[in-house]
Amino acid sequence: MTLTLEDFPPGRLGTFGPRHVTREDILAFAAEFDPQPMHLDEEAAKRSLLNGLSGSGWHLCSLMMRMMCDGFLGRTASMGSPGVNEVRWLAPLRPGDDLLLDVEVTEARVSKSRPDTGIVTFKSVVRNARGEALCEMVSPIIVRRREGGA
Amino acid sequence: MFFFEEIEVGQRRELGSFTFTAEGIKKFAAQFDPQRFHLDEEEGKKSLFGGLAASGWHVGCVCMKLLVADAQRLAKEAAARGEEVAVSGPSPGFRELRWIRPVLAGDSISFASEIETKRTSEKRPEWGIVQARNTGTNQRGELVFSLLATAFVPRRSVQP
Repeated sequence: MTLTLEDFPPGRLGTFGPRHVTREDILAFAAEFDPQPMHLDEEAAKRSLLNGLSGSGWHLCSLMMRMMCDGFLGRTASMGSPGVNEVRWLAPLRPGDDLLLDVEVTEARVSKSRPDTGIVTFKSVVRNARGEALCEMVSPIIVRRREGGA
Repeated sequence: MFFFEEIEVGQRRELGSFTFTAEGIKKFAAQFDPQRFHLDEEEGKKSLFGGLAASGWHVGCVCMKLLVADAQRLAKEAAARGEEVAVSGPSPGFRELRWIRPVLAGDSISFASEIETKRTSEKRPEWGIVQARNTGTNQRGELVFSLLATAFVPRRSVQP
């Protein structure tokens, strides 16, 4: 069954994952989108403020998106997103990390301009296996309302 | 990259442009955002986007790619002049990311970065904190992407 606006009441939605991240994943992403030494080169990374090879923050955000897709968006009547309110990078993504994503619905409302749709705002926190929060994101997604729904 | 002292509010840098191909859009989406309108032309046409649309995260990642390339160009030029090269610190995050219009297959997006605020850090006197508005504009001159990024920038006057 496809999830609609009505399936996203405010509150905890769930924990999704795990998703394993390899050194090769980190290097491949960095080479294409964020070729800074701290994401590409072991020796330079050791000298950086992050004390060792770390994944790009944009890689981490993209992985959070993938975990949302696999977790629930893939079976949601999603129509896209107007943006992201806030992203906070809290701790580095490391090679070998197993990520878990905690998702909470902070707001769900009917759209004023498009009454057959609603806007669901999610607060997502991605953690490593030690439970450390690596990134926090607040992002709205446009979701269709149930057919015939009031 | 500049040192904190050389950065002025309102300073703007053109970062160059990038063309989003259907192949590139689908490749990114398959990896990170496998929603139907990012993977298939027909599904894209039926969606609010009106065509095969790049994942918003793809657009953000390309903006990062061009920002890094610009910083590396500046570093190379500074090194060639025999000057000290400023290396920025890790970013604490961003706010106000807007996907204003869809980026469709074949669109060429020009990215730019403009300084909005600068202040010193009390906790870390060797760093300044700079906010920049990074934007993307398509080949028709329409703004498609915008975000307010925060970065730590080294200060020239204070040695750690």
